[in-house]
Amino acid sequence: MWDWEYVEYILPRLLEVIPTALAAALAGFALACLLGLPIALARRSRSKWIAIPMTAVTEFIRSTPLLIQLFVLVFVFPLSFGLTLSPFVAGVIGLGVHYSTYLSEVYRSGIEAVPKGQWEASVALNFGKVHTWTRIVLPQSIPPTVPVMGNYLITMFKETPTLSAITVAELLMTAKILGSASFKYVEAFTLVGVIFFLLSYPSALLVRMLERWMQRSERSTTIR
Amino acid sequence: MEWLSLDLLPPLLKGFKITLLLTLVSIIVALFCAFLSGLARISRFAWLRSLAAAYVEVFRGTSLLVQLFWIYFALPMLLNIQLSALTAAVLALGLNYGAYGSEVVRSSVLSVPRGQIEATIALNMTAYQRMRRVILPQAWSMMLPGFGNLQIELLKGTSLVYLITLADLTYQGMMLRSYDLSRTGAVFAWLLILYFIAAYVFTLIVRFAEKRAAAGRG
Repeated sequence: MWDWEYVEYILPRLLEVIPTALAAALAGFALACLLGLPIALARRSRSKWIAIPMTAVTEFIRSTPLLIQLFVLVFVFPLSFGLTLSPFVAGVIGLGVHYSTYLSEVYRSGIEAVPKGQWEASVALNFGKVHTWTRIVLPQSIPPTVPVMGNYLITMFKETPTLSAITVAELLMTAKILGSASFKYVEAFTLVGVIFFLLSYPSALLVRMLERWMQRSERSTTIR
Repeated sequence: MEWLSLDLLPPLLKGFKITLLLTLVSIIVALFCAFLSGLARISRFAWLRSLAAAYVEVFRGTSLLVQLFWIYFALPMLLNIQLSALTAAVLALGLNYGAYGSEVVRSSVLSVPRGQIEATIALNMTAYQRMRRVILPQAWSMMLPGFGNLQIELLKGTSLVYLITLADLTYQGMMLRSYDLSRTGAVFAWLLILYFIAAYVFTLIVRFAEKRAAAGRG
């Protein structure tokens, strides 16, 4: 039933494409981090002409499937806007934009966790708007969100198989091609599952450790 | 270009029905898995706890699409059975989101105040009565926001079943697109709108349930 020789044959071919999946996840994550902050700031803007449209757009992106958004990038963009993207670039943009709406919520929670007194103190010290944000609010709001961000990076890595639908040669796509050549899907897909588990589970444990460590250090500083 | 022309709608609604049906059935399976494994994780028996933990970690540690492909392509070969695309889709979605829901169930049950449990002991309630009358009603209202988020994720996840050729909304859209490539933009605009409407309706249902669960509690 289980063919070890075949495993030996396909394993190197699967390991070869891990960098593609990792690169897509990391590049998408970087884009999501970059877009998430301006989105979070725009959503809490005092001007409703900025806040309401931004909220509408992000809610729309959040509640529609990534798969359809990827199809829009590769099928609609070339036709309607004359913009042809390579599958990998389209995948990174799709992943990045989709998850930027999630990360903006993470930034928001971090910003809202900054005590009101900090804002008042920066007013009292005559800090300008820019300085209040860059010196007082953001340095305090971003570090506590690091574990949550880490979880989203893992989530995005597990989302990379969706990119196979737009022909990015990641793990699942490679396994499907290898499997269809020999009809040995059991080995091919099981290996993909094992690889995903071996990469994402230890990372999830690391994030959990980081979270616990940060909670402990926070508790000790508040006691002091 | 004729954006959002209505003649595209009838075939898309056929797929929309499949998507909604798949979402509903998968939510039921996922809820079942979530309660079963969530309660098993706080059981008195160590073997039951580790079994449930293994289920949760395996399904959360690998991705949904990989599980879908494994169940649809590999599992039938392994067990020598026939599995329809719909069954495979319900199994994958239900087991995957059940694993995520299990954490919601576990943390909500654990956050019911300790005094409530002591009170049930003082009132001489049985373990079943304690769960049914005291713990679950309070935990339920704490679970709803988490479940609400997960069901939107599940709805979005159903679009992946197109890749195992189940005739859902995405599948119908791709068919329409292949008939007339010039209408690609219109087809995808409809797909996005229909998914958004479905997500919005599901959100309203959960909000209604949250209000009902909160009624009469301070």
